Amino acid sequence: MTSAMVTSTTVVADQPKAKLKGTKFERNSATREPAWVKYTVLTIALLFFALFLVVPLVAVFYEALRQGMTVYWQALVEPDAVAALKLTLLTAAISLPINLVFGVTAAWAIAKFDFRGKQILLTLIDLPFSISPVVVGLMYLLMFGSSSWLGRWLIDHDITIIFAVPGIVLATVFITFPFIARELIPLMQAQGREEEEAAVVLGARGWQVFWHITLPNIKWGLLYGVILCNARAMGEFGAVSVVSGHIRGMTNTLPLHVEILYNEYQFSAAFAVASLLALLAVITLVIKSFVEYQHDKKMGE
Amino acid sequence: MALAGSKNFSVLPGFGPSLGYTLVYLSLIVLIPIAAVILKTLEMDWASFWATVSAPRIVATYKLSFGAALLAATINSFFGLALAWALVRYSFPGKKIVDALIDLPFALPTAVAGIALTAVYAPNGWLGKALEPLGIKVAFTPLGVLVALIFIGLPFVVRTVQPILQDIEIELEEAATSLGASRGQTFWYVVLPMLWPALLTGFALAFARAVGEYGSVIFIAGNIPMVSEITPLMIITKLEQYDVQGATAIAVVMLIFSFILLLAINALQSYSAKRTGRSF
Repeated sequence: MTSAMVTSTTVVADQPKAKLKGTKFERNSATREPAWVKYTVLTIALLFFALFLVVPLVAVFYEALRQGMTVYWQALVEPDAVAALKLTLLTAAISLPINLVFGVTAAWAIAKFDFRGKQILLTLIDLPFSISPVVVGLMYLLMFGSSSWLGRWLIDHDITIIFAVPGIVLATVFITFPFIARELIPLMQAQGREEEEAAVVLGARGWQVFWHITLPNIKWGLLYGVILCNARAMGEFGAVSVVSGHIRGMTNTLPLHVEILYNEYQFSAAFAVASLLALLAVITLVIKSFVEYQHDKKMGE
Repeated sequence: MALAGSKNFSVLPGFGPSLGYTLVYLSLIVLIPIAAVILKTLEMDWASFWATVSAPRIVATYKLSFGAALLAATINSFFGLALAWALVRYSFPGKKIVDALIDLPFALPTAVAGIALTAVYAPNGWLGKALEPLGIKVAFTPLGVLVALIFIGLPFVVRTVQPILQDIEIELEEAATSLGASRGQTFWYVVLPMLWPALLTGFALAFARAVGEYGSVIFIAGNIPMVSEITPLMIITKLEQYDVQGATAIAVVMLIFSFILLLAINALQSYSAKRTGRSF
């Protein structure tokens, strides 16, 4: 809803690609605009697109490679960068499964059953989309920091959460919390519950129903939810920045490492590390297009 | 067996456990941390809370954060509609790539977007160099904040308007044309009214996202006090000065605003769903 998700959900769920062909509208005299209107709209739209999306994306790779492959490579294999990469992978590896289980469970409850307060629950699931990442980081700081009773209890028991890996993971889980659920809910609602009900009537057990009926139906949506959730988990900056403490080689994720290098005027190194994250974003979009293609193929059958 | 629409009966298993797990997890990850912020604020007395959130430097950040976010969402509504229109109604080479790349701001980490935009719009950058002779400075000014917020809000309007535009029945436009309406009149009186709810929703989503944005803005803003500081940055600044209470006070102001916007967006979406017969 407040998000990425919802909007992209709509794209995945309801947009047979056949419709993306504009010719249907261009051939019909009732929906055809004069050529000058068409080319004006196209020019404005594509210029805006190029200026705000293409140019910055190209700039990342250009700046990264400007001083040659050697400098680029050195920035990536430098120990602090490798440590940041490892932490980023670890964070995603922990927060993804957690949110995956939550997303499927929440979607099952919301899409397959009717109950009171469903709308409120949906709104609450959307909350992380509309809260500033910095505020998210602060929340966990207040909860687990040394000024709270929980924080003092943790200190007494030698457990560190803030300025350590657990805090980073928690903040990331919060930020990526709604993504998979929000991807699956509309998809599972649209599919209804007849197939599952038939399976139950024929004697299938709960898990059998899920594995053999529900999962095959939602696998592409699920894959895209996971991919996008992963991109956000690896790229989160604001929330992680508050709870990490920026300890080099220890609590620095890739985006934080980019910031440090940039603030030290090591621009080429900063862009080299950033290009890894940009590559991840591009791969995410490629997989998204592929998932949509698969979905449309299924719709067309 | 399962009566369609019967509220309290379903043959499907797992309602209790799945809803229970959802509620517990939601409480642990989302609701309790939010409560922590509110509890912390209650420790403050009203006078010091008010003094913190109404300090001139903080008020200047509200003006920039909200003003730039509003302007960015407005610009995105206009160009987002043009992009959605081009993607649905016209065929042009490279359309699939354009369609896929629209989501880039969702997938690109904000810090990467921030340094990339700064590099492009800095006085020696590709576009900064072109704009400098015209006397336009983008990087390290409030204009830079606007540029970053346009970037991160770009997909919202396109992605809310696009599916609605696709579903509009051609017959409506054919009827308007056969009754003698010009293409412009058809757009203005037939098509646009059907797009309004989606446009407004996209606008609100882009606005909500832009107000809280941090990563992409701080690099390009220059962060000059009273000029180009955004509200989330003030929370960081207070924390760096070990003023946790001050940071919390500002966070509460932002949280309240988030709740209000979330409610408004929900209302808009249910209104829009009723109008168009589809849900988001």
